[in-house]
Amino acid sequence: MFCDVCKSKDATVFLTQIVEGKMQKVNLCEACSKEKGVNDPTGFALADLLLGLGAAQEIEKNPLGIRCPVCGFSQTDFKKTGRLGCSACYDAFSEGLSGMLKNMHRGLIHTGKIPSRLALTLIKDRELVSLQQGLEKAILEEKFEEAANFRDKIRSLESEGNRVEEATQAVSEADPLSEQNRLSLIPKIEASPSPKSKKKP
Amino acid sequence: MKLSNIIANTGEWLSGSGPHDQIVVSSRVRLARNLKGKPFPGWAKKAERVAVLEEIRGAVIMLPEMKEAFSEKLEDLSPLEKQVLVERHLISREHAAKGVGSAVVMNTAQTLSFMINEEDHLRMQAIRAGLQLDEVFAMINQADSELEESLDFAFHSELGYLTACPTNVGTGMRASAMLHLPGLVMSEQVNKIINSVNKIGLAVRGLHGEGSEAMGNLFQVSNQTTLGEAEEEIISRLNKVIYQILEHEQNARQILLQQRAETLLDQIGRAYGILCHAHSITSKEALNLLSFIKMGVDLGLFPCGNRLQVDELFIETQPAHLQKGLQAAKLGSEERDSLRAALIRTKLKKMPEPEIGKIPTTSTTAQSPTSEES
Repeated sequence: MFCDVCKSKDATVFLTQIVEGKMQKVNLCEACSKEKGVNDPTGFALADLLLGLGAAQEIEKNPLGIRCPVCGFSQTDFKKTGRLGCSACYDAFSEGLSGMLKNMHRGLIHTGKIPSRLALTLIKDRELVSLQQGLEKAILEEKFEEAANFRDKIRSLESEGNRVEEATQAVSEADPLSEQNRLSLIPKIEASPSPKSKKKP
Repeated sequence: MKLSNIIANTGEWLSGSGPHDQIVVSSRVRLARNLKGKPFPGWAKKAERVAVLEEIRGAVIMLPEMKEAFSEKLEDLSPLEKQVLVERHLISREHAAKGVGSAVVMNTAQTLSFMINEEDHLRMQAIRAGLQLDEVFAMINQADSELEESLDFAFHSELGYLTACPTNVGTGMRASAMLHLPGLVMSEQVNKIINSVNKIGLAVRGLHGEGSEAMGNLFQVSNQTTLGEAEEEIISRLNKVIYQILEHEQNARQILLQQRAETLLDQIGRAYGILCHAHSITSKEALNLLSFIKMGVDLGLFPCGNRLQVDELFIETQPAHLQKGLQAAKLGSEERDSLRAALIRTKLKKMPEPEIGKIPTTSTTAQSPTSEES
């Protein structure tokens, strides 16, 4: 059996930990186990297992680590405690977190309760997301009439609430999808039909 | 309201009743919330924690359901008082370890409790007897909606409610039920059940949650994930699983009665004998034996009227509860063991011996009418 980290030497250290009722197994060679600090359970346990080995390596590549611009919390602090420093940390560490959240949860998008003061804009946001998914699906399936329909709906929904959006900037700040970019894709795809569509009568 | 007045009475979740309360001891839902723009308690400086505490406490005690509430800073509670609250599941073990900058607020019925500056700025829970997850969620959801009018909670358009630990992000909700499963333990099926429950993303834990031992055949089943599903979906998934476990437990008891009645009676009889005559008993042994007495009540071997007495013993034999009436300095474990044994002896003296002749062929807990006549 090879070491999970270097994938070249034989694994001699077999670590089994139960985190939140889930069993996690890691096989390491002598050298990698020392490097990962397996002898020091406090340094090893939380983040490495939660983040997966890949994420831990990422932290090593960048020894200074990212710091949260709001509260100054660092990735190393997170590795130690398994807790974040403030709500802005979710954006600061979003790259490493999303992989971790994927393993932990059933999805990456909250679909439950919304504080009532944010409800109006957020419900609109959710509708936009679902329209966008519809749009993407339509494009993939090459149903361009449907896609155009989705695009129109998205545009009208967006123009309708621009003023509200400004008021709750904090909420939309987190939106990584630029709707404009996606929308501009449609005519391009329409213009250059894929090989699949050629087969169609 | 003073803490001593509140803890003089057992909480509603213990003395009250609810659907399936023979097997489902209690249902609980807790929500984690944080204030926008403030560092989480674990990273905040003392002054920041104190400011958050004052802001949240002010909002919580104004809630209509929190009239006549008990509210105290953690630093003003004695270790014994904190431990009493932990044993009643009103605060977490982690919260009990906190000092300056943390507080607890609860109502007199002990159905609602608010931990301020635990791992998150606010953790609020509702707890009631029996299987009532929908009801307790409605209670705590109502409190949350009222609080958000005056408090600005950290909320992310994609990730939902933001929490100190990424395991709670999204709904911030942990819904759980405490189950009494002696039948499944005796028939050695409980591990199989725990494994299959784990596989579908739910957690099974011991009496005091994460990392605690399963004593007294009590198991806590809760949701593991908080992101990607709405609160109602999580609760309905949990409810379905609990109903299944409930059915398995009822079947296990039925089969034990039909196939291993002697063993079952032997266990209950021995438990009764030891508890009635012991002069020193640890809390673990007491809980494990009380579990058999509790099952004996369910099976009709003891009068129904004794149910509350037995249920109360589960709490009153816990280390801090044993000492709460005493002003004396903290007792050693040996002194506690003999005090515990004395308390159990007095309580059980009022209970008749198990009526062995009364072995029911149809157990009182079973719903299936298929059991054979003997």
